[in-house]
Amino acid sequence: MILQMKNVTKKFGGVTAINDTSFTVQAKEIYGLIGPNGAGKTTMFNIITGNYEATEGEILFRKETLNGLKPHTIVRKGIARTFQNIRLFSSMSVLDNVLIGFDFQAKYTYLETIFRLPRFFGEEKRVKKRAMEILDYFGIKEFAHYKATDLSYGQQRKVEIARALATNPEMLLLDEPAAGMNPAETKELAELIHNAREDFDLTVLLIEHDMKFVNQLCDKVLVLDYGKTIFEGKPADAIKDKEVVAAYLGDFIHD
Amino acid sequence: MNLIIKKEQWINLAIVASTLWFMWFAQTHFDEYTVRILNNIAIFTILAVSYNLINGVTGQFSLEPNGFVAIGAYVAALLLLDGDAKEYQYDIEDPYPWVLLLHANFVWALFFAGTFSAILALILSFPVFRVRGDYLAIVTLGFGFIIRIIAINNPEVTNGSLGLNDIPEYSNLYWTGGIATLAVIGILNIIYSKYGRAMKAIRDDEDAAIAMGVNTFKVKTLAFCTSAFLEGVGGGLLAALLTSISPDLFTFFFTFQLLIIIVLGGLGSTTGAIIGTILVIGGSEWMRFLDEPMNFGFMETPAMPGMRMVVFSVILIFVMLFAREGIMGKRELKDLFKKRGES
Amino acid sequence: MDFTVFMQQMVNGFSLGSMYALIAIGYTMVYGVLRLINFAHGDIMMVGAFLGYFGVSILGLPFPAAVLLAVVGSAALGMLTDKIAYRPLRSAPKISLLITAIGISFFLENAFNVFFGGTPRAFPVPEYMEIILSLGGLTFSVASLMVPIVTLILLAIILWILFKTKYGMAIRALAFDVNTVNLMGIDANRIIMIVFGIGSALAAVGGIFWAVNYPSVEPMMGVLIGLKAFAAAVVGGIGSVAGAVIGGFIIGFTEVVVVAFLPEYGGYKDAFAFVLLILVLLFKPTGILGLNFDKSRF
Repeated sequence: MILQMKNVTKKFGGVTAINDTSFTVQAKEIYGLIGPNGAGKTTMFNIITGNYEATEGEILFRKETLNGLKPHTIVRKGIARTFQNIRLFSSMSVLDNVLIGFDFQAKYTYLETIFRLPRFFGEEKRVKKRAMEILDYFGIKEFAHYKATDLSYGQQRKVEIARALATNPEMLLLDEPAAGMNPAETKELAELIHNAREDFDLTVLLIEHDMKFVNQLCDKVLVLDYGKTIFEGKPADAIKDKEVVAAYLGDFIHD
Repeated sequence: MNLIIKKEQWINLAIVASTLWFMWFAQTHFDEYTVRILNNIAIFTILAVSYNLINGVTGQFSLEPNGFVAIGAYVAALLLLDGDAKEYQYDIEDPYPWVLLLHANFVWALFFAGTFSAILALILSFPVFRVRGDYLAIVTLGFGFIIRIIAINNPEVTNGSLGLNDIPEYSNLYWTGGIATLAVIGILNIIYSKYGRAMKAIRDDEDAAIAMGVNTFKVKTLAFCTSAFLEGVGGGLLAALLTSISPDLFTFFFTFQLLIIIVLGGLGSTTGAIIGTILVIGGSEWMRFLDEPMNFGFMETPAMPGMRMVVFSVILIFVMLFAREGIMGKRELKDLFKKRGES
Repeated sequence: MDFTVFMQQMVNGFSLGSMYALIAIGYTMVYGVLRLINFAHGDIMMVGAFLGYFGVSILGLPFPAAVLLAVVGSAALGMLTDKIAYRPLRSAPKISLLITAIGISFFLENAFNVFFGGTPRAFPVPEYMEIILSLGGLTFSVASLMVPIVTLILLAIILWILFKTKYGMAIRALAFDVNTVNLMGIDANRIIMIVFGIGSALAAVGGIFWAVNYPSVEPMMGVLIGLKAFAAAVVGGIGSVAGAVIGGFIIGFTEVVVVAFLPEYGGYKDAFAFVLLILVLLFKPTGILGLNFDKSRF
């Protein structure tokens, strides 16, 4: 068990976005968070990453509480994320985008930077090599020096995941990774995530609307509706669950 | 690959060497007026590249330069004037005994000028960088006022509104040009490092930077304190160039001039900041005619002190509305020689 | 401490606080809809004061007509700045907007300085406003009594607009989400322009009151007053109109009290608002009534 959410509640003013939800993610699992719009999925992500503070409940990561930690500290503990709408650093190259993920792993000080002392060169060389390796893994090494936002949508999504992996996470949170992709790209992405789990020793928690994608990829899903858990279990069983179908209504009919 | 880096290093070295040679040549050959303008350009280069670090590179809108330059100028002046010189000129109140004891050589005076500014910047960082929003601008704007109020209300230290005079004239092109060169190198070293990348990341998308584990408070504070340090040093150089300083020297116009410089040059580009400095400081000399009476042949206008500032603000608004990238955009000199597609 | 002296200072504080409040409302409303610190707001107040001055001393208008001229002129200027300087930058990086605002501010200050001179001009205060009333040992001028009363009336009008009219609802909705306003079928740009108009009109009233109480106008008067009024908006909770009023009174009272009872710090009277601003940012960044605007929105 790597992540445990214990009775988490989040209220915004008078609105309850998440209501007393608990779930547990096992190490190396690919775990899906699904549910209609406004169900509280992204809010759940923001609670895990420390952007929001849970009104009630506890978040445990490797048995350690995350409550009250700053978002950048949580990243350093091993939880990385991507965003629903891709958010790359628009003025920077693909390589520099990925290098941001190494920010806290490059061990040199400000003074060593200003005076260009030896450790600066050593560490820069080390992290650049690792960044290139990650880019190579995603097949976008050749674009390393391109402006990140000049790439195609599918490639930008890869850069974003590569950037998240650069932080050396144990757990990766993906917010609708397949959104805006065509079926071929979606299939490639599913394979990529599947392989990355093995190659980077990852646990993946993802939000997704594309049920085909979820079915193909996830070991387990949690279905949220209006902040409440209505189902937890295998994705194949979720589709058969009456409450889930009722919550989604039309959404499954497409698939 | 290796060869390219080598070539780039050669070019850098050549630029530095020719800059230093030019400083020597100008100091020994040019007339006093030209040397004075070049000194101004060198000092404003230090200020512009450091102001650009917090505003352009890190994207945190700040209006701090007049405050920190004032602090640097006062600290340096108090250290450069010896006890006798101070006792002689404090007319409003007698100076505190410790004020008379302050004395240091030029290098230490500049160092303390910078350090004192940086420490104040560190203190200001806590209220402004821990919260989201653009409070940095308003707090630094207020800070500039407060520094002037403090300088006027503490004549035992600052000689009040009379200011400090007869400061030894240590600044020359060797000092101003040399420190400007070091400042540009230092700033570029920061920009091309994990710190510079983190600063740009904060500018582009702060939430995404946090999600990459960047400690944004620390990075913003570093950028702000670095700017403040160099602005303090610049203030010290300015005090030792002008030989007299007073609170009225460090009004908001000082900051506004630097804002024009970095906006015109291209927010975020150090190369642009240098180009902007040359244009604005050079152009500002040239634009002095605007403040004076004008004879158009068919009509004569009276002297209009402050017309320059009106023109400056119109230029600023125009650049923002119609040419937001300025001259260089976010590019540096070396980016101009890259192939298309590469960034 | 003498009770009469204390009460006298309270009256003064109430008057000063009202002026800060009137100006702070503009800052807070613009921040609410645009997340912009409108640096030019203090200068629009200055323009308002000047228009009032011109109205009375050059056009020879009666005082109320001069006020009307100032209110209409400032509102028009406020809306014009939004239209030509801020609107084109709606989708630009935030820093462009802030720089432009500083540019407008500097432009207004220096243009007035060049064309009308930097020396303060005595404001022709109507005689009936200078009548001194006394009540149980307290003395105050009609002007200092009028300020809080007019402020309260204007505040009532603003709150009525905000909470009872369609435009008010749109303004409040805009503070949270641009899309909602578009869904309501209202042009967001129009709402923003109205906000600039209302804020600038109130600033003009504040500026004229200022000119009447400290009877002079000068091109740089907006800088410090504007800075303090912004501090008031943050202290009360930026984004909230009621907060701006509370903040205005807090800053007004603090200033009066400090000057009256700690005269040795009188030279620093302009610094208190700033110190208060720093303390609020450190310990309660959302201010007294503030909404948590700056929470990152994913």
